[in-house]
Amino acid sequence: MVAFGTTRVAVDNSAGLSVDFHGVSHQYDLDGQPLPVLRQIDLAVAPGEFVALLGPSGCGKSTLLRLAAGLERPSSGEVLANGTIVARPDPSRVLVFQDPTLFPWRTVRDNVAIGPEARGVLPGSQKRIDGALRLVKLEAFASAFPHQLSGGMAQRAALARALINDPRLLLLDEPLGRLDSLTRLTMQEELLALWRQAEYTVILVTHDVEEALLLSGRVIVLTERPARIKAEVAVDLPYPRRRDDPRIVAQRQHILEILGFSA
Amino acid sequence: MSAAIDEDAGEKSVSSASAGPVWKHGLYAASAWLLAAIVTIAFPDVVPWGSRDVFVALLVAGAMILAGLAFSVEKLGRFGRGLMHYGPWLIVLGLWFAVWELITAKLGWMPKPFFTPPHGLLHVYIVDWQRILICIAYTARLWTIGFFSGIIVGFIGGVALGWSKNFAYWGMPVLKLIGPVPASAWIPATFFLFPTTFQASLFLVALASGIPVAILTASGVNSVNRSFYDVARTLGASSRYLVLRVAIPAALPHVFVGLFMGLYYSFAVLVVAEMLGAKYGLGWYLQFQTAYSAYANVYAMLIVMALLCSGLVKLLFVARDRLLGWQKGVVQW
Repeated sequence: MVAFGTTRVAVDNSAGLSVDFHGVSHQYDLDGQPLPVLRQIDLAVAPGEFVALLGPSGCGKSTLLRLAAGLERPSSGEVLANGTIVARPDPSRVLVFQDPTLFPWRTVRDNVAIGPEARGVLPGSQKRIDGALRLVKLEAFASAFPHQLSGGMAQRAALARALINDPRLLLLDEPLGRLDSLTRLTMQEELLALWRQAEYTVILVTHDVEEALLLSGRVIVLTERPARIKAEVAVDLPYPRRRDDPRIVAQRQHILEILGFSA
Repeated sequence: MSAAIDEDAGEKSVSSASAGPVWKHGLYAASAWLLAAIVTIAFPDVVPWGSRDVFVALLVAGAMILAGLAFSVEKLGRFGRGLMHYGPWLIVLGLWFAVWELITAKLGWMPKPFFTPPHGLLHVYIVDWQRILICIAYTARLWTIGFFSGIIVGFIGGVALGWSKNFAYWGMPVLKLIGPVPASAWIPATFFLFPTTFQASLFLVALASGIPVAILTASGVNSVNRSFYDVARTLGASSRYLVLRVAIPAALPHVFVGLFMGLYYSFAVLVVAEMLGAKYGLGWYLQFQTAYSAYANVYAMLIVMALLCSGLVKLLFVARDRLLGWQKGVVQW
């Protein structure tokens, strides 16, 4: 796991969670009309695995993450984390959104402190907060307000805010989607480095095929809404991966064909 | 600074008059104030207003201070820069005193009981300051208790209305029905609903300031970005945390709009309430002096009220800038 300052959580507590979706279907209520978004999703994610969810936009990928985070209960089926039904949000399963959603009235440091503060452990967490800021290279901007940050910096702050809670499952909802391409490349490397030194499980939602292939060990391709699992592609390559690696290029072609884009 | 720069800067900005070692506007202002003093002392008043000599002495003292400042203002730092900014105002103020003296006291052009020369106003403060202070104290007590109880109840009610669906179901229709009624329309009813006029006035001030705060707090809490709650919940926040640390700070910009509205409404209803059956107070004073055709007293009190009310508005701005400093670059208003 990532060690912040001197405190470390006991090792058996920090190992990645396993996540199981059993026959999960979900629908929203849109002006009285049911809007099905997920249909019969069965997916098992092993502890410490890095899984990418890929699919057309608006297909329900984000809903899968919200269910795993416990922000919503599925309409049918069940979501299990380490064999226990996910009933409510918990700091061990943290969601990072596409927008950094930093609280604009708080400084970067106070944003990172939200988790410890909400759980009532703020007094003992100062060193961890410093450590988290250092981890995402924002220690110089600790007292800046969110409107003073660039997009990449804001997203790194959001990442620090998630990581300080020692998550055992990190749910990333297109966290790099709004960044410019150069910042995006840097952030991809940083995400990967963070995951490799930690032991948490990652589920990454993205619509960038290359990003999925560079980062994850397995790519799950979803259909249009209501989403079903269309294909699973194992990416059995060592890190660090290069985007011009012929095997990556070949798999990219393969996945694009699954998505219906023939070259 | 060279003279050339001084010359062509003269057109560009007000503060350019400070470019040289001498603050020219200060000298002009001193001359204007001296002119007003000469006009006041040199010509006889059409009828005596009293305190003329005190006014002249004050004008001469002011002129001397301004003349002194004209040579030393550069060394006074921030205060000096502020003063230099208002240089043209000081000049016009001196000229205005002179013109005002001429058309009222000296030429008698303005109808007599309704218009007063500046030294007539000064006379009111000198003669009646004790009663004015008592009135300020009475009004301050009424306003402070009324306004603060109003905004506290309004804020708590607004948070409850914005947060709880049950509260909103029962409370919102009532608030929407009562909210648009001008607080002064309650005056006849409150004066027999409450045992004393003071309590009735308190209720009116509280109502006037509380309702806009309640409405805007509720809408502020309601319009908080849902993702903020999601973020806080995944990080382990309780409902208490969501209300106190997410909903309320996020709604604060709205709350301040409500506070500004409540502040203005409270002034309006305060004076009206005091005109009806109060014993002392600013509104009472205006009413009382009008009845005796003491218009000088009325103007003198209006000046006091202008200073008090604008002072309170300024205070609220300072509080807002403190609490909402994070908004810079997010919202401009």
